[in-house]
Amino acid sequence: MENYIDFQNVSFTYQSDNQSPKVLKDFNLQVKKGEFLAILGHNGCGKSTVAKLCNAIELPTNGKIYVDGIDTCDEDKLYDIRQRVGVVLQNPDNQIVATIVEDDVAFGPENLGVEPSEIRRRVDEALKCVSMYDFRFFEPHKLSGGQKQRVAIAGIIAMKPECIVFDESTAMLDPRGRAEVMSEVLKLNKELGITVIFITHYMDEAVNADRVVVMDEGKIILNGTPKEVFVNIELLKKVGLDVPEATELSQMLINEGIELPEDILEIEELTNKLIEALEDKN
Amino acid sequence: MSVAILETKDLNHAYSKGTAHEIAAIENINLSIEEGELVGIIGHTGSGKSTLIQHFNGILKPSSGTVLLDGEDIWKDKTKIRNVRFKVGLCFQYPEYQLFEETVYKDIAFGPKNMGLSAEEIDKKVRQVISFVGLSEDYLEKSPFDLSGGEKRRVAIAGVMAMEPRVLILDEPCAGLDPKGRNTILQLVTDYQKKTGSTVVVISHSMEDISKIASKILVMNKSRLAYYDSVDNVFSNAAELKEMGLNIPSITQLFLNLRNRGYDVKTNIYTLEEAKKELLRLFSKEEK
Repeated sequence: MENYIDFQNVSFTYQSDNQSPKVLKDFNLQVKKGEFLAILGHNGCGKSTVAKLCNAIELPTNGKIYVDGIDTCDEDKLYDIRQRVGVVLQNPDNQIVATIVEDDVAFGPENLGVEPSEIRRRVDEALKCVSMYDFRFFEPHKLSGGQKQRVAIAGIIAMKPECIVFDESTAMLDPRGRAEVMSEVLKLNKELGITVIFITHYMDEAVNADRVVVMDEGKIILNGTPKEVFVNIELLKKVGLDVPEATELSQMLINEGIELPEDILEIEELTNKLIEALEDKN
Repeated sequence: MSVAILETKDLNHAYSKGTAHEIAAIENINLSIEEGELVGIIGHTGSGKSTLIQHFNGILKPSSGTVLLDGEDIWKDKTKIRNVRFKVGLCFQYPEYQLFEETVYKDIAFGPKNMGLSAEEIDKKVRQVISFVGLSEDYLEKSPFDLSGGEKRRVAIAGVMAMEPRVLILDEPCAGLDPKGRNTILQLVTDYQKKTGSTVVVISHSMEDISKIASKILVMNKSRLAYYDSVDNVFSNAAELKEMGLNIPSITQLFLNLRNRGYDVKTNIYTLEEAKKELLRLFSKEEK
């Protein structure tokens, strides 16, 4: 598979003088087309900077970033990049612009100069995709957090991006809202083949990804499948992160001499493995 | 028997009252919070959690019903509502957006100053709380805007703690923080409750966090009070909580799964240590 997003030796600093600290240092990251990548890291490790670099909201201080082969520093191609990569932010209130749900979803394609009849079709399709079609005439502020976040996602889908970056998009939601957004994200990735970059503080959400990247101080310190990454309990805790509770509990039991695989990620999986281990005893 | 510090009687609040858009935000809330509890509030977004706590210190006035602090209606004498706000300190969601002074010192001193304390007393309190939230006195002369997100959050919480309210209310104090930042704040809240013995109320969307720190849980659902009970009793209603868009802690779910598969285990388990103990007990029992 080809690299859809390609960070090559990227350094980034928010101030142009050379004294200020670098948010990213010689950062290399390749995301394949259709991949579901989760990025983890403590506050201030540079995750959100990566999100902003993906669609040229910020430009690298040094190094190169290519989106579908386009250099993000190429000003003439700015709209081509933004059309390919959409970003969903943490707070849906910062992302919703219109007073009616369907107007909000239409805002993106309108700005891209899409034909009115095509906009109508895309808006309906996007709202159906996130199960918010019945709410198309609602005022956004009357919706719950999870519903608003789904409208924000519909607004991005209507622009037909090939890649969506979610920057802590579940941080403000209740458990149901988080589950709603997560199932939407999985659908976009698995059914529509959209490349997903999912930035989060919730370890149990990262478990759904094809690949997990852990960042610390502007660098990648772990990179692999969720099972490969989460067995590094010590290292993850050292950089201010957690591991899924199921993983940590199995590790504690293994240390007590109980035979379990060490890469268990989910509670259901742990239930089954515990029962197997208990039955072996009898 | 302990004494109720905060009570609500038939408390109702409607937004846009008298217009076509009238919406009941909380309905018929009858509640009695005892002194020294650490109450966790959970509920889906829009369930009325924030509306409820804003009644506790008189930011919102009930549409009908009463709020009692130490047995007295807080709205009996309107001119005294300011005193209620010193006794019941409220820390909003994302409190770091409210920092406004030139230095951390001045920002923390703002509340105590408004209470009319002397400069000496203020100085003492500022130094006490800054070390309590785990920051050194070097921070006092810094601008709050030069701090990291987690530090700003701690300074904002310190500002409310400096007033030494008898009831401290925190609306989602861990929102947006990484796991380490989250643990620091949770530890801070429990330490504060233990050290001062004051009543603390915390809103959270994390069932895991609430199960670990709270002594009682208040559940809001669709503007109404669904439960106000011990942690064990509330989390024994797994199906009902899921129906309300909430959940039970993931560790508790594990034990519920085992119970449903015919194993004799406790299900009121919330921490990894408790879980390890209970599972080791199960394994040693099965061996016999």
